[in-house]
Amino acid sequence: MVNAVDLLRQQIIACETTLRDLHGQLAEAERVQQEREKILRQKPFLSHDPLDHDMNFGIPDDFRSEVFAVLEHESSAQAASDIPAKKKWPLEKNEYTRYGRQLIMPEVGLHGQLSLKHARVLIVGVGGLGCPAAAYLVGAGVGTVGLVDGDTVEESNLHRQILHSTARVEMTKVESAIVALTSLNPNVKLVPHIGRLTPETAIATFKDYNLILDCTDTPASRYLISDTCVMLGKRLISASALRIDGQLMVLNNPPLPPGDTNGGPCYRCVFPKPPPPESVVSCGDGGILGPVVGVMGVLQALETIKLLTQPQSSSAAIDPPSLLIFSAYSNPMFRSIRLRSRKAKCAACSTQATISPSALTSGSLNYVQFCGNVGPINALTPQERISPKNFAKLRSGVNPFTGTRSSKDNHILIDTREEVQFELGSIDGSVNIPFSAIETTVPISEYSKDHDMEAGQEGWAAQLRQSEKPIFVICRRGNDSQMSVQKMKQLGLDFGGKRFIGDIRGGLEAWRKSVDAEFPDY
Amino acid sequence: MSNEDDVPITIEFSGGLEILFGDQKKYSLLLPAKDESGAPANVAFLVRHLCDKVMKDPRKELFVLDDTVRPGILVLINEADWELEGEDKYEVQKDDHIMFVSTLHGG
Ligand SMILES: [Zn+2]
Repeated sequence: MVNAVDLLRQQIIACETTLRDLHGQLAEAERVQQEREKILRQKPFLSHDPLDHDMNFGIPDDFRSEVFAVLEHESSAQAASDIPAKKKWPLEKNEYTRYGRQLIMPEVGLHGQLSLKHARVLIVGVGGLGCPAAAYLVGAGVGTVGLVDGDTVEESNLHRQILHSTARVEMTKVESAIVALTSLNPNVKLVPHIGRLTPETAIATFKDYNLILDCTDTPASRYLISDTCVMLGKRLISASALRIDGQLMVLNNPPLPPGDTNGGPCYRCVFPKPPPPESVVSCGDGGILGPVVGVMGVLQALETIKLLTQPQSSSAAIDPPSLLIFSAYSNPMFRSIRLRSRKAKCAACSTQATISPSALTSGSLNYVQFCGNVGPINALTPQERISPKNFAKLRSGVNPFTGTRSSKDNHILIDTREEVQFELGSIDGSVNIPFSAIETTVPISEYSKDHDMEAGQEGWAAQLRQSEKPIFVICRRGNDSQMSVQKMKQLGLDFGGKRFIGDIRGGLEAWRKSVDAEFPDY
Repeated sequence: MSNEDDVPITIEFSGGLEILFGDQKKYSLLLPAKDESGAPANVAFLVRHLCDKVMKDPRKELFVLDDTVRPGILVLINEADWELEGEDKYEVQKDDHIMFVSTLHGG
């Protein structure tokens, strides 16, 4: 989509030109206004204010001009003091106004605002967590905010990634966020780090920041970020969200060197081993409510502001490590859990740590491998699989293998997506049997050990047993369909190999790409 | 079937684990006071009990691995990490609240 990129670039250039133009106009308008004020002061004018009267008529001319001379001098002195060394006030004039509502709070105050101004915060991941976190931190006047992300904006991000916009789909997330954040607060220095964080780049990326926010979405990146924070002695604010749940932890706080048991626990202390990859569910597969991930990102910004505005001198008690659990449909929605302290044998933060900066930069630590990954599975033989194109031909009349005529009534098409997804759109004539029902069905042979045969007939399996038509299975992306085919054969639905059961390669995603472009893409 | 020797406890699942337990987040449970060998019921026994008697989903590997809860699940005993209470050797007490939380990774 080079065209869209070019178009956006042109739009940006046009906007920037307009902006420069407006700045010019503003400067000119300000100059004219100043001139006008000068004239107003010099030219006596009549009013009912007795003081005006005195100034204009009761005071000798030479004294009046002296007063104005003093006033004039003061204002030019103030204008000059904006630039040179000695400033009258610790914050810029506009900063008092912009941050006034938080400045007057004892939790922030002048010292807090100055701490925010001098702070450098890195946000890793500019998605559902990173967008709200960045918005509040930039709004609050954190001096420097770095943004790390290698992705581009997609339309399916927009319901939750509030810095991006419809017009900026396909722009990099970092650049899109910078557009939004600059218009929110032009005083903040924004540092783009376009690209995925890797073990080789992590230390160099993190080292100039005071505090790190983990707003990423994979176990591998979470371990990498935590390890890097431990090695560099940075505090880490980690959050995550899925469906209707969220979790938040402040880690490595205080950020003492590895081996110091008074330091706060790291991600590895809490989760020494990564979860099995098949238990990891992404927002793309599990779903996510915008406000749920939004709440977690906002809480990250809040914890950041709390840490940054803490009085430096006082060794004020640091909150014991805890995990905040948010559950949108539970009552109460929030719950705080006490976490362990540093783990004596932690691979990252203990005296027995095995993770070192050199191991990281040399690339000898493979985080993706450590966490494992479930790529596209290939559980079936080629004879058990059919491409969406051939399946479409088969439905439309000619069997590509036998040349015989067939129609959509000659077979059974089973869609294994969950019901909510099936409702969004399905292939004409398909039957919905959710994967969750298929995989939890116990084979009769096992079942009949304690139960009689009849009782062991699961509703859906019993139904399929009543026909001999070939079965085709389709799912969203082509993984569950393969597992379902295997399960159906285990359940004996293929009558010992006499009946065809197979899946449609690549699922409905492939169906949309090669057969029906109108099929809903969600 | 209430037995004097049963220990009434509350079990809670969070972070998606409830899906493995019939989509029910909270269970009030009567746990036998003694395990198979007659020793006082501890969390290890509770995990086995949940797996065998309560879990609806046949994918046991999404809850247990090597006879303990799988990596990526936090066990919280009365709102505290079980590491603070002796992990699976903690002996279950009357009215304990034991929570199993799966880590989330989305963002
Ligand atoms: Zn650690």
